[in-house]
Amino acid sequence: MKTQNQKAWFFVLPVLLLVAFNALIPMMTVVNYSVQETFGNNLFFWQGLDWFENILRSERFHAALGRQFLFTGLILIIEVPLGIAIALSMPRKGIWVSVCLVTMALPMLIPWNVVGAMWNIFTLPEIGLVGYLMNDVLGINYNMTQDPLAAWITIIVMDAWHWTSLVVLLAYAGLVSIPEAYYQAAKIDGASNWAIFRFIQLPKMKTVLTIAILLRFMDSFNIYTEPFVLTGGGPGNSTTLLSIDLVKIALGQFDLGPAAAMSLIYFAITLLVSWLFYTLMTKDNPN
Amino acid sequence: MAKITLSNLRHSYSSDPASRDDYALKHIDLDWNDGGAYALLGPSGCGKSTLLNIISGLLTPSEGRILFDGEDVTDLSPDQRNIAQVFQFPVIYDTMSVYDNLAFPLRNRGVDAVKIDQRIQEIASLLEVQDMLGRRASGLSPDNKQKLSMGRGLVRDNVNVVMFDEPLTVIDPHLKWKLRSKLKELHQRVKLTMIYVTHDQTEALTFADQVVVMDEGEIVQIGTPVELFSRPAHTFVGHFIGSPGMNVLPCDMRDKGAFFEGKAVPLEGKVRSGLSGRTEIGIRPEFVSIGKKGLEATVVKVSDVGRHSVVQAMVGDTRLSAIIDDDIPNQGDVVKLAFQQDQTRLYCDGWLASEI
Amino acid sequence: MQKRHIVPLLYILFLMLPIYWLVAMSFKTTGEILSGFSLFPQTWTLDNYRVIFTDPTWYWGYINSITYVSINTVISVIVALPAAYAFSRFSFLGDKHLFFWLLTNRMAPAAVFALPFFQLYSAVGLFDTHLAVALAHCLFNIPLAVWILEGFMQSIPKELDETAYVDGYSFPRFFVTVFIPTIKAGVGVAAFFCFMFSWVELLLAKTLTAVAAKPIAATMTKTASSAGYELGLLAAAGTLTIIPGAIVIYFVRNYIAKGFAMGRV
Repeated sequence: MKTQNQKAWFFVLPVLLLVAFNALIPMMTVVNYSVQETFGNNLFFWQGLDWFENILRSERFHAALGRQFLFTGLILIIEVPLGIAIALSMPRKGIWVSVCLVTMALPMLIPWNVVGAMWNIFTLPEIGLVGYLMNDVLGINYNMTQDPLAAWITIIVMDAWHWTSLVVLLAYAGLVSIPEAYYQAAKIDGASNWAIFRFIQLPKMKTVLTIAILLRFMDSFNIYTEPFVLTGGGPGNSTTLLSIDLVKIALGQFDLGPAAAMSLIYFAITLLVSWLFYTLMTKDNPN
Repeated sequence: MAKITLSNLRHSYSSDPASRDDYALKHIDLDWNDGGAYALLGPSGCGKSTLLNIISGLLTPSEGRILFDGEDVTDLSPDQRNIAQVFQFPVIYDTMSVYDNLAFPLRNRGVDAVKIDQRIQEIASLLEVQDMLGRRASGLSPDNKQKLSMGRGLVRDNVNVVMFDEPLTVIDPHLKWKLRSKLKELHQRVKLTMIYVTHDQTEALTFADQVVVMDEGEIVQIGTPVELFSRPAHTFVGHFIGSPGMNVLPCDMRDKGAFFEGKAVPLEGKVRSGLSGRTEIGIRPEFVSIGKKGLEATVVKVSDVGRHSVVQAMVGDTRLSAIIDDDIPNQGDVVKLAFQQDQTRLYCDGWLASEI
Repeated sequence: MQKRHIVPLLYILFLMLPIYWLVAMSFKTTGEILSGFSLFPQTWTLDNYRVIFTDPTWYWGYINSITYVSINTVISVIVALPAAYAFSRFSFLGDKHLFFWLLTNRMAPAAVFALPFFQLYSAVGLFDTHLAVALAHCLFNIPLAVWILEGFMQSIPKELDETAYVDGYSFPRFFVTVFIPTIKAGVGVAAFFCFMFSWVELLLAKTLTAVAAKPIAATMTKTASSAGYELGLLAAAGTLTIIPGAIVIYFVRNYIAKGFAMGRV
């Protein structure tokens, strides 16, 4: 049982200061900008909620948001089942377990820009392995810089390459914690492999899968570096996801007002959908 | 229901067993009669869980055959042997209701819905879980979950044997006796062959008609609880059963008489001739009394257990226990211990060597 | 059993392919790269690596990156330890809200903070310093470290603390000499994740630096945008960034396997 102790605030103080410094001050600035207009020289004029209305009505924002939801949706549909399938088929004992876990973890430790650069080199027409294979061997016209579909497929495959291992590792952890007795009982009950998956494995993996899905949702919704390095948001703006668009407006165009309003809306959407996911997935489980 | 025969069974967990010690089960030859209630009793590591898993088919023995009613089932998988097994912790399907849990084994075998319902109602009333049928299985208390596990095992009507692997391990102590009685009642109603594995002698002795005592991969003695208590065939059985266990006193044999600490000790009867090996006298504390004549001993400890007292005394370097009801001596007293002759036995290399 | 193992095998092959391509390209000359496709380097060259190890612009990139990552890991873990202790042992006014607020920072899109951080760190005079990036990364890493450490601390019984007090330990002494060694696996896991997330992050690292503290990621992007002339060099730089990650995984490989074997995440 935890003891009541208000002095605990001293323990938490360093953390509070550092995180507040990084979170609250910038957030205050953002809120500040989101309701004002500036023409430089530190002159600000009150705009009220104009910037918010602007963004929420802007076609450009809708397009970026739509692309973002599409991206995240595809990611979740591909990576979660794939990750679970791989975890189910991994060995449970022996030296190969270590080998598998270590090699699968590697893509997650590569700097994100290197991931983008790596896939860039990999898919260049003529020069890259995939580019060569597609164009010269299979005769399929594949060029990321010209074809939006090729660009989309590439960023999706790249993300799957990058992050499916997270789902695999988490699902695997959940899987190996199931006691052998459950499998034995299922054998005695005459259960099929599908029944074992549906009634034993999947329910027992629920906690880890919740974490995996939440993390993948958040990180893919907020993604910036990898697709930016790979496609720059193009061709045109076909792969300009939400973060990429925001950075363009904030750091590229220095449109403080719109950028700030968009930031707040962006953050709010992330929080809201994360909260929804979390509630939905833990509704039978007060944990 | 079936008669189970284990023939020449040996099992080793290593793929290349070199010596006898590599075998978890050294040699088992056993018959279990149809409809009997059996206990497999022994300390941790004696091989009882191994034996259980071999009977249920979860483990294939390195050597030997298993027969159900004369038919060789050694190569059959568990669901083909029609057995039921209850594990140490409740194994239930959390996402299903109690009803669906019970229906699961029947649905997997294609039984029709009407028959399933009938069967479930029977078993549910037997286990007293009828009012929980609609509830989600994950919400039950551990003892009810274990009952559910049992139910799933009993719901098929062609079950050959029901096996229990230390099923009361996670049950609260005050509920253990309730479940134990339920099990005994179940056996009387259902009349299936039941094998109950445990390291707890109380559970074994109260549940079973016949107890199989195991130690280090071998069967040491089979008998009714009374037989095991009154006439242990091995010092291990004597020591393991009873609280405290049988006194085992080292002795020498001279002229067909047993001598302990230089004094002659009268035995229950004749001793087998041609004895060679370590000889010991076995006598249960219940049959050691304090009186005017007998071996001199110094009392080192007296414990009051409520119904009686356990007196521990030293004769030379050997510690003896005696169960005394009245005239309880004090620590440090010098007393005279008498052994009831018809309960004093001789053991040679652990095995019973005296005859009545 | 063996048949299903082909799935992880294929997956690992898929994972290794782009990495192979990167490494192979790092050993090719730019001429060979641009002249066409070759599966294996025709003319092996170490030129690309030579440039990186001799050109200060390049190797300082690595040094800068390792520097701010290490600073961040140390800061994050050190401040997270007492905080996690408080969350696991005490209940205090606003504790649940504080914990939740900390976690929401992990969810924040980095893009939202790009411009504000640029202004904030410039205003306090920390622009283009290692400390700036290290502190900025604290936004995500501290909540993560607190979350991980709290999980480990919860499983240590309070009796340990009480015994130490009875034995006359002062709190700081108890914390440092008794408690922390007990949860050293947790410290390892927290440090690992802080290192990982700081090492891989680009946007904030690039935004807050210019020359003095420029991370390797920024140096590489300059090369990438120069129309692919120096692909070999880029590949070599990229390959070198994989090495720290590989080393770290190698060191924690036993923990990864064991951690899973014990059923903990």
